[in-house]
Amino acid sequence: MNTSYLIFCMIILAGVTYLPRVLPFLLFQKKIKNPFIKSFLSYMPYGMLAAMIFPEIFTSTGNLYSAVFGLIVAIFFSCKKLGLLPVACGAVLAVFLVEQLPL
Amino acid sequence: MNQPLSFQNGTKDGLPIALGYFPVAMTFGMLGTKYGFPAWCPILISMSSLTGTGQFMGIDLIAQGANFLELAFTILLINIRYFLMSLSLLQKLPSNFSMKKKLLIAFGVTDENYAVAMQQQKPLTFPYIIGILFVSYIGWSLGTAFGTIVTDFLPASVVSSFGIAIYGMFLAIIIPAAMEKKAILLIVVLSTAMSCLARVIPVIKNLGNGWILIICGVTTSAIGAYFAPIKETEPTAEETEIQKQTKEELYL
Repeated sequence: MNTSYLIFCMIILAGVTYLPRVLPFLLFQKKIKNPFIKSFLSYMPYGMLAAMIFPEIFTSTGNLYSAVFGLIVAIFFSCKKLGLLPVACGAVLAVFLVEQLPL
Repeated sequence: MNQPLSFQNGTKDGLPIALGYFPVAMTFGMLGTKYGFPAWCPILISMSSLTGTGQFMGIDLIAQGANFLELAFTILLINIRYFLMSLSLLQKLPSNFSMKKKLLIAFGVTDENYAVAMQQQKPLTFPYIIGILFVSYIGWSLGTAFGTIVTDFLPASVVSSFGIAIYGMFLAIIIPAAMEKKAILLIVVLSTAMSCLARVIPVIKNLGNGWILIICGVTTSAIGAYFAPIKETEPTAEETEIQKQTKEELYL
C-alpha cells in the first residue's frame, strides 16, 4: 500500500464528505419561505435520527440484552428530560453493568 | 438571564458528542491498525473527513485497494444525507453569517453536531456552533489516535459499553420532542418502523444504509410537514433582543 495512494484516497474521502455538507450553503442564499418546505426541513432531524437509532442500536454493544437494557434506560432518562449527557452516561453505565452479569 | 449562546454553551452541549465519538473513533483507529495502515493514516482520515459511517466504509475500500472512482462514488452516496442536514441547518442560521463562517460550519455538519444544533431552542450563534464543533472534533481526533495506540490493551467490555453512547444521545433529543409534539412522535415511530422494515425487505435492504436513511427521513418529514405544518410565528421580542446583542458582540 503505497503512500501516494493513501494520500489520494484521504483527499477523496475528505472531498466527498465535505461536498454534500457545503453545497446547500453555496446554492441557497436566502432562507426558504415556503411553509411546507420549512416544516419539512425542521422535522428532518427527527425522522433521520429515529432511522439512525433503529435497528442499529441493537448491535451497538457486546450483546443484544445489554443493548436492550441500555435502550430502556435511555428512553426512561429521556422521558425525564435529564439532558444529553446524563442520558448517554446512564445508557453506557447500564450496558456496562449488564455485561458484567454472568449469562 | 438571556444572553446569546456562548462558546462555552457550545462546548458543554458538545461534550456528550465527544464522549460518544471517543469510543467509535477508537474503534476506527484500531481498525486502521489491524488493516496494517500506519498510525498517521486513520488519524489524518478522521481529522480531514469527520464522518463515522463514511470513514469505516472508506477504510474498508482502501484496504481492498479500491479505485478512486468507486471510492468516491460509494462514500458520496453514504454521505448524501449531509446535504439535507446542511440545508435544514441553514434555515436556523442567522442571516448575517458570512460565507467564510458557513464554509467553516459546513465542515462540522455531522449527524450528532447537527442534531444538537437543531434541538437548541435559543437562536444559534457562531461561537456556539464552533464550540460544539471544537469539542466533538477533539473527541473524534483524539479517539482515533488513542485507538491506534491502544489496540489490545482495553478490555472489550469497556469499549463495547461505550457503543451505546451516541444512540443514548440521539434518544435524549427525539424523545422529549416527541413528547411535546404529536407530529414528531408520529415521525419518530414511523421512521423507526420504516428503518427496521427496510433492513429485511428483499430489494430495499440492498440499497445500503445511506439511501435507507434518506428515504426514511424524507418520507416521514414530508408526511409530518403535510399533515402538521408548523405555524409561522414572528420572532419573539426575546429572540429579537438576543439577535441585537449578538450583533453588538460581533462588532466588539
